[in-house]
This record gives sequence, C-alpha cells and structure tokens, in this order.
Amino acid sequence: MIKVLVPVKRVIDYNVKVRVKADQSGVDLANVKMSMNPFDEIGVEEAVRLREKGKASEVIAVSIGPAQVSETLRTALAMGADRGILVKTDATVEPLAVAKILKAICEAEKPGLVICGKQAIDDDSNQTGQMLAALLGWPQATFAHKLELAEEKAQVEREIDGGLQTVEISLPAVVTTDLRLNEPRYASLPNIMKAKKKPIDEKTPADFGVDVTPRLRVLKVSEPEKRKAGVKVKTVAELLDKLKNEAGVI
Amino acid sequence: MTSLVIAEHDNTTLKETTAKTVTAAIALGQPVHVLVAGQSCAGVAEAAAKLAGVEKVRVADDARYAKIVAETMETLILSLAEGYDALLAPATTNGKNVMPRIAAKLDVPQISEIIAVEGPDTFRRPIYAGNAIETLQAAPGKKVITVRTTTFKAAGEGGSAAIESVAAAPDPGLSKFVGEELSKSERPELTAARIVISGGRGMQSGENFHMLEKIADRLHAAVGASRAAVDAGFVPNDYQVGQTGKVVAPDLYIAVGISGAIQHLAGMKDSKVIAAINKDEEAPIFQIADYGLVADLFKAVPEMDEELAKLGY
Ligand SMILES: Cc1cc2nc3c(=O)[nH]c(=O)nc-3n(C[C@H](O)[C@H](O)[C@H](O)COP(=O)(O)OP(=O)(O)OC[C@H]3O[C@@H](n4cnc5c(N)ncnc54)[C@H](O)[C@@H]3O)c2cc1C
Ligand SMILES: Nc1ncnc2c1ncn2[C@@H]1O[C@H](COP(=O)(O)O)[C@@H](O)[C@H]1O
Repeated sequence: MIKVLVPVKRVIDYNVKVRVKADQSGVDLANVKMSMNPFDEIGVEEAVRLREKGKASEVIAVSIGPAQVSETLRTALAMGADRGILVKTDATVEPLAVAKILKAICEAEKPGLVICGKQAIDDDSNQTGQMLAALLGWPQATFAHKLELAEEKAQVEREIDGGLQTVEISLPAVVTTDLRLNEPRYASLPNIMKAKKKPIDEKTPADFGVDVTPRLRVLKVSEPEKRKAGVKVKTVAELLDKLKNEAGVI
Repeated sequence: MTSLVIAEHDNTTLKETTAKTVTAAIALGQPVHVLVAGQSCAGVAEAAAKLAGVEKVRVADDARYAKIVAETMETLILSLAEGYDALLAPATTNGKNVMPRIAAKLDVPQISEIIAVEGPDTFRRPIYAGNAIETLQAAPGKKVITVRTTTFKAAGEGGSAAIESVAAAPDPGLSKFVGEELSKSERPELTAARIVISGGRGMQSGENFHMLEKIADRLHAAVGASRAAVDAGFVPNDYQVGQTGKVVAPDLYIAVGISGAIQHLAGMKDSKVIAAINKDEEAPIFQIADYGLVADLFKAVPEMDEELAKLGY
C-alpha cells in the first residue's frame, strides 16, 4: 500500500478582504485570519479517504513556512492525516523552491501519490504540483475532479476548459485538486484533541539543501483599478434601454 | 534572442487565445515563433503563420500530440527550449498544465497569468483573487510565462511566417489520454463571447438555466455560472467564472442570482459593462454593477426575454 503526501499551505482565509499596504510593499497580513488553502483541505480529505478505503497506508501532511504553519498541520492532522512535517522558514518561498523541498521529502518518504492543491489562493500561481512532478520525472493529473486508484496506476478525471478529460497515470504521481473532487470534512472536537498527540517533524530548507532565495523581485504591489457602482434601474425595460442606448452593448 | 508561443488549438482551428498570447510575446520586444504541436494540424500552422508579428511557425505533427498531455509536451518543448529565452502559453487549463513543468526543468520560476508587460523582464499579475496587482522583475535567464488573454488584444492577420516542421520528442510513457467529455454548444465560447450571461445559486436548478439560454440565443451570448451553481450540479464545471474558474472580460456581463463573492468578481470584474439582477438590494454584486435591477429573477428573466423579442432581438 502506498503512502500519500499532502502539501498544505497556510494562506489568508478566503473570506478576508485583503488590503494592499500603503507603501505598496505587499498586502497587510497583520491580524488577519489565516487558514489552510481550501484546495489543500480537499487534498487532505482525498488522502484520508484513500486510507479509510484501505488504498493508502499513511497520510503525511507537509507545510513550508513560518512557525505558525504548525497550526495548519494540526488542522490536517485533525482531519485525519497521520503525521506532519514542518519545514520552517520566515522567507517568502516561491513555488519552485517549495517544489524542490517537496522533491527532497518525496525522495526520503517515497510516497506513491502526492496530492497538492491546484492553486494557492494567495499567490494564485497554480504551478507547484506540476513543478514537483517534473522535478521527480513523475506523471501528473492536474485539476482532479475524480480520482480512482488502482495498483501502480490511477485514473483521473480532470476539469478542463472544454469540460472533463480522463487520463491514466502510472504511480508514483502528483495529483492536484479541483473544487469538485470532494467536500472536505470538518474536524470533530475529539479528533482535534487526538491531533495534538500526533507527531510533527521539524525541518528547515537547509536540511534539504534547498536555497529559498526568491528569483522574482517584487517591485510593488498595488491596488487594482476600482469599479464605481453604477445606477439602479427600476424595470427590465429600463435596463434594456440603458444597455442599448446608453452603454451601446446590445 | 527569440520568444516561443505555444499554440492552443484543436488540430483544426487555432484558438484566439494564441493570437492574444502572441501580442504579449511581441511586447517582449524580440522575434516571435509559434509552436504548433498536434496531429494533422497543417491548417492550424497556416493560421498561425498569418498572425502579424510571427516570424516562424514550428510544427510537430505526430499522433502523440493529438491530445495535449503534459508529459509529452514537456519533452517536446524542452527539445526546442535552447533557442529561446522566453516561452509563453495562454493561461488556459492546457497552458497551466504544461508550462510549470518546463519552468521546473529549466530551473526558473513560472510567471503565472501576466496581465501586462512593463518591460522585457517586468510584468504585472493579479494575486489574491485580483485584489492586488503585483509588479515583478524576473532574474536574467529564460522566462516561462502564462498569459491572461483577456487583457491582451489578439494579434491581427497579415503575417506570412515560414512554416518549418520539427521532430517529435520521446514520449516518456508516464500518462495516457483516456477520453474526454466536452460540453457541446452552438453558442460562443465563454472566454471569447462579446456578451456573457451567468447564473448563480439563485437559479435553483439546471432546468431554470434554460431561461438564461433563451436570452443568450437572442444576444449571441455565452452562458456562465458561479461556483455555487456548478457545485449544485445545475451546469457543468466549464461554466464556472471566477478566481479558480474562467476569467472573462466581455463587453457586457449579466449576473443573475449571483451574490458577488470576491472569488466570482475575480473572473468578471474587467468586463466593460456589468448588469446584475438580484432580489437582495444589499448583494455585493451591486457595488460593481453599472446597472443593477433589484428583482426576482423568475419574474425579471422571462420579462427580459419578452422585451428583447419586442425589440427584435
Ligand atoms: C477556494 C475557492 C475558490 C472559489 N472559486 C470560485 C470561482 O472561481 N467562481 C465563483 O463564482 N465562486 C468561487 N468560489 C465560491 C464563492 O466564494 C461563492 O461561494 C460563490 O461565488 C457564491 O455563488 P452564488 O453567488 O451563486 O451563490 P450565493 O452567494 O448563495 O448567492 C445567491 C444569490 O442569488 C440571489 N437570489 C436568490 N434567489 C433569487 C431570485 N429568485 N431572484 C433574484 N436573486 C435571487 C440571492 O439574493 C444571492 O445574492 C470559491 C470559493 C473558494 C473557497
Ligand atoms: N508553502 C507551502 N507549503 C506547503 N504546500 C505548498 C506551499 N506552497 C504551495 N504548496 C502546495 O502547492 C499548491 C499550489 O500552490 P501554488 O503553485 O502556489 O498555487 C498548494 O495548494 C499546496 O498544495
């Protein structure tokens, strides 16, 4: 039976309205609610289900970031992951460096499957899983809608621009989650308590020989152009009249 | 040096997203080549050769490229990468699937979904669901870029690029295309339509989306949806507009029964004109709509259909 590795990123909660800092150096993260990247919750759920169905032996959650990412790991453990690996760094770690750290962990842990989120909702990069697969020379199935695991291979239905596509990949492989793969469970109180006793191994990027110095220079982070609220119309006829004669779009 | 644009096509038609990516490539200020990987795709190569500003089209015509599989595209693109210092693809599900593999193998970061080219190494891209815009400068070396095509105009015609075939690269045999279920529609594609009408949870059922389809047919519009409508199974996944779905920027976007969550706005707030129909006058969608109608959609949408008919649409 295979081990499943799930990388989980700590990000600003999806309900928070982000604010750009006045000095344009980034967004204001002071005192805002942080949570597990929603796509990673889907990843943890999928991995835990595989173990519950007897298709995986162990679920290992990994998070790279400052000390607080241990909270994100605890959430994964409370959802059912068996143990955690915390790779501690206060640096901004770009997806390529994340992929390199994950590669080193894969070489040590030898999972049969890595389930990443398709996209972190902070940087919206959508690249880490694909990079990891390439670095390892593994196949990938991105934007997974449905995952069926057989011995030494998996069939994955993927959400693509035109609809759905099915691919067959050999294992080991990287899968990235899309929204419809599953509905993640809430951690129950007893499981949150139990999670406190599960082991978390602490590492640093240097332990894996990975240089996390950013390769891209952020020159500034600015506000997007704001849209002005328009007018309220009273009737459908008025709406169509405005669209036709004022805006000229129909 | 030169930039290489990875073409998006279905072996018959070159997608407009390619012409838009060519515009982004031209902005880098270097000659532009286009790679067409496919099977029996000569027509696509000819269409790419006609794009203004394209100097050369390279064609890998082989059964292994009949469908775009990331692992086979990786070896092909890498076999050509040496001659290029920028590799660009549209930020479609294909581009997003393939390009990070190339970046990783070249040991460079991918610059995802750029919305502007500020200089040969400086780009702008949205982060946090478009609530912030990052200006990035890449280190010297190769650049791997995906392009948000809604913000670039399509390159026009008038080019006459040379067409040259390139050898297929080894298939690593890691994955296999099994099949696909594509949404069939006579309507324009969501990301290319001039008008989009989208429904949300307020639509209540897939059946009720027919009301929007009727309007769409009158206006030659595409039909889209919020995540909630897709999750509820009203419409297929490829209808989803938003941060993690499709990004659209039509002349007119009509949101029906959609509250206007930031994740939805991320996919449509660059539309030229936004109209919203919602029964809740406090719905956030009204904060960005040019025209807001507070009404029950089950009354307003059929009425819109009648009014449009009267106006001769
Ligand atoms: C990781 C992540 C990614 C996401 N990505 C996306 C994405 O890409 N795209 C996206 O859309 N969402 C996305 N979401 C979801 C988003 O947060 C919202 O939940 C979603 O957009 C809500 O959809 P909705 O507006 O249809 O539903 P609701 O928020 O439930 O709104 C329904 C609206 O319909 C109105 N209504 C109900 N009945 C009627 C009626 N009879 N007449 C008129 N109005 C009526 C209500 O007043 C309400 O405003 C994402 C969320 C997460 C966590
Ligand atoms: N710092 C991190 N720690 C753990 N996993 C990460 C980290 N960054 C990215 N990932 C994983 O990679 C996925 C895609 O992230 P991105 O490529 O940044 O959009 C996320 O959903 C996570 O599964």
